[in-house]
Amino acid sequence: MPHDHPHDHDHDHDGMSPSGHPYRKDQDTGLSYWQCMEIAVRELLIEKGEVSAQEVARQIDVMDSRSPANGAAVVARAWVDPGFKALLLKDAGAACGEMGFDIGPLQLIAVENTAQVHNVIVCTLCSCYPRNLLGLPPDWYKSRAYRARTVREPRAVLAEFGLTLGEDVQVRVHDSTADMRYIVLPARPEGTEGLSEAELAALVGRDSMIGTGVARRP
Amino acid sequence: MGGTPAGPVPDASHDFALWEKRVDALMILASARGHFTVDGLRRALEDMGEAAFEEMSYYERWIAAINQNLVEAGVYSLAELGEKMEEVRARAETYGEAAGG
Repeated sequence: MPHDHPHDHDHDHDGMSPSGHPYRKDQDTGLSYWQCMEIAVRELLIEKGEVSAQEVARQIDVMDSRSPANGAAVVARAWVDPGFKALLLKDAGAACGEMGFDIGPLQLIAVENTAQVHNVIVCTLCSCYPRNLLGLPPDWYKSRAYRARTVREPRAVLAEFGLTLGEDVQVRVHDSTADMRYIVLPARPEGTEGLSEAELAALVGRDSMIGTGVARRP
Repeated sequence: MGGTPAGPVPDASHDFALWEKRVDALMILASARGHFTVDGLRRALEDMGEAAFEEMSYYERWIAAINQNLVEAGVYSLAELGEKMEEVRARAETYGEAAGG
């Protein structure tokens, strides 16, 4: 597949957002064909009584409230509670539900990283992601490069994320589907024996639950 | 896609624009209304062909796929969509003004 188009063609390089990301075209630039379609589709759905403007706004609030902190809380609980960990690995949806995170009708599978096995998740088809636990996926997760290469040369991809695994570590790549999502249970770092559940959760970043990173050491 | 050679994984990330979040919300709400499933979304995406994946952004593909499913489900007609898009375009030059916020 050719890979010669400019990736960042719709980024504004003049400024960065407060969170350190480049701004995207938004409200203040020319109305694009697809933005026009979004407005039209939304208004038609509202006119037909299918959805309300309030429902759209509420859905965006729910979306914005989800973050990798949800997943980190689940991971920390699994680290301190063997019974919970067993349930998580058996039925991740039920385990997350116990903590108040609704996974919906999706099948969620938690895969455990150990000294011998490193798991990484990808969606080669599009962008399936455990968004109920991690929020919306990062851009790179949806990129053609990540989706194409993770199943072909996972060690090279992980090395680009700064994660170089020994040859004795087996790498398992999990390809998500629309109704089957994965989350990685990262290995608990050494030297964390005395930490509280909340302190442990603070060590668990988004990438460690995708498998492109590992949990931080305290 | 899966398994094909490709360049380095881009490390860029960005804040989602409001219109993109709305597309995401419409997908969830319209599928909750039973008009289509995530499989329907995926079918429309896959039917777009490779060019769409090189030329369109992620949420551009999504709104196109949502629209196709809603038309197929009979929620509105292509004529209604065309008329509405004309009306929206005539309102203003920018997204913010055309969307009324």
